[in-house]
Amino acid sequence: MPPEASPLSIVLVEPDKNRALQIIDSLKAAGNYDIRVITESTGLARAVASFNPDVVLVDLANPSRDIIEELSIASTPLERPVAMFVDQSDDAMTKAAIEAGVSAYVVDGLRADRVKPILDAAITRFHMFSRVRKELETTKRALEERKVIDRAKGLLMKARGIDEDAAYSLLRKTAMDQNKRVVDVASALVTAAGLLG
Amino acid sequence: MKKVELTVGYIPLLDSAPLLMAQEMGFAAQEGLDLSFEKAPSWSSLRDMLAFGRVDAAHMLAPVPVALSLGLGGALPPLHAAMTTSVNGNVIGVSISLAEKMRSNGATLDFRDATSIGHAMMTSKGARLRIGVPFPFSMHAELLYYWLSALGYAAPQGLEIRTVPPPLMANAVASGEIDAFCVGEPWGSIAVERGYGELILPTSAIWNFAPEKILAMRKDWIADRSELAQRLIRAVWRAGRWLSDPDSHTTATEILSRKDVLNVSREVIDRTLSGQLIVNQRGEERHVPNFIEFHKGAATFPWKSQAAWIARRMATRLGFEPSGAMSTARDVFRTDLYRKALAETTAALPGASEKVEGAIDQPEPAASAKGSLILERDRFFDGAVFDPYAEGCS
Repeated sequence: MPPEASPLSIVLVEPDKNRALQIIDSLKAAGNYDIRVITESTGLARAVASFNPDVVLVDLANPSRDIIEELSIASTPLERPVAMFVDQSDDAMTKAAIEAGVSAYVVDGLRADRVKPILDAAITRFHMFSRVRKELETTKRALEERKVIDRAKGLLMKARGIDEDAAYSLLRKTAMDQNKRVVDVASALVTAAGLLG
Repeated sequence: MKKVELTVGYIPLLDSAPLLMAQEMGFAAQEGLDLSFEKAPSWSSLRDMLAFGRVDAAHMLAPVPVALSLGLGGALPPLHAAMTTSVNGNVIGVSISLAEKMRSNGATLDFRDATSIGHAMMTSKGARLRIGVPFPFSMHAELLYYWLSALGYAAPQGLEIRTVPPPLMANAVASGEIDAFCVGEPWGSIAVERGYGELILPTSAIWNFAPEKILAMRKDWIADRSELAQRLIRAVWRAGRWLSDPDSHTTATEILSRKDVLNVSREVIDRTLSGQLIVNQRGEERHVPNFIEFHKGAATFPWKSQAAWIARRMATRLGFEPSGAMSTARDVFRTDLYRKALAETTAALPGASEKVEGAIDQPEPAASAKGSLILERDRFFDGAVFDPYAEGCS
């Protein structure tokens, strides 16, 4: 059996266990790989080196990435040099990986077609993560804005003796007149009220 | 006139100030530029963001483009140093227990004498010392290797220099993974504040005038957009000059401490800019002249001899042929671009692009077309000098 046929070994550096499991699922669906997960940043360089992987995957936003960079100058017999996957073959794929927030270190000399399915799977999964995160942020922001507007309405109702609908209309009219968002007017009002005590 | 928008990548450290202040104080606008900033989570990510065009320019560790020119850190498009943005600014700290041991062994922790403090640190540890640095290609690593090997402690037998991202440094000390660390501000002050470390030496005590960060750009971007690159150099140069004026410190501190700029406490910024550091939890204070320099003594000039010094150190350690490495590295520091950018300004440009490093004891005048250039003390702690030509730089 040629050595090319043995399953590639992948080390995934991911502190969030849930995310790690989802990435593993995606990789398993893409092919037969020997996958290990490292969640701790303590001793990371040695841990990665001791598994002697063909590919290392790490979130671009993870500050621990700089630790893995150290392996590019490691020269002890156990530690194989790894390099960012950008060489020769596929600039577009590397760009796509960076856009998605994946960084991949690939052992020197590994053929691009063997790495591609791994990166494709990781990129797709990371895009899903960032979509979910964006949705969460949007929901959170909407909730916070709702709270500010409610407080501003309360202040107006009390100060002017008007009902809730009238208070909201007043906020909206002011916002339109000043070419601002309702939440900006509301937040200015809440701040001012706080200052005036 | 419509301004040209440029995206600049940075790591939220005190020495990113020249880039941030270039925008905040209107020096960028003066050059018709509107800078937006992208914060990077790590040096490797910042390097890759720049290499792949996510940002136009970046705040970068001086050794990164040199390493890349030697093929270290991935097969990326070449990056060049358009200018130096800061000189010095890092500190070395040790765990509380090691500091105590050094003290009980009779060490004087005067924050000055690199020789006695170095020996005290190594002998107090007894076994192999492990030191954390933010990145394998950094002045932190180069200066530590230089310092300890000059004192006779060799890596990897006597010491190990390990990469530990500064936000993880506290954990690494607590878990006993490292005994010491070398970081830039605010991370030194944070170590003292949180009580896991004591500062024992500024790196300026190892090399009095060491390049620290540079303004990095892609080589091909500089070729295609040379005029824009020069405008950015001028804006950052003016910001550095402004920052080095003590009268600017109050304003600089006010702006840099803001949540959306650096989000670092006012006190730490003020102490960094004035070189007045608190070194341990008992609140002992040390003053370091030239703790960080953004302008004085041609601090922003990208000396080719400094690129050669970095390359020589790396090559020897990692098994490259030194003279080839040095001449490759010299092309990476763009004195040509810097001169062009500042030709019409009041900047006193050095007559030469290389100098013998480590040969200046007292501030002394240097040859300059405009005549008023004073170079600062730049000695190495062991008195050595680095002459790139004598070293066989072709």
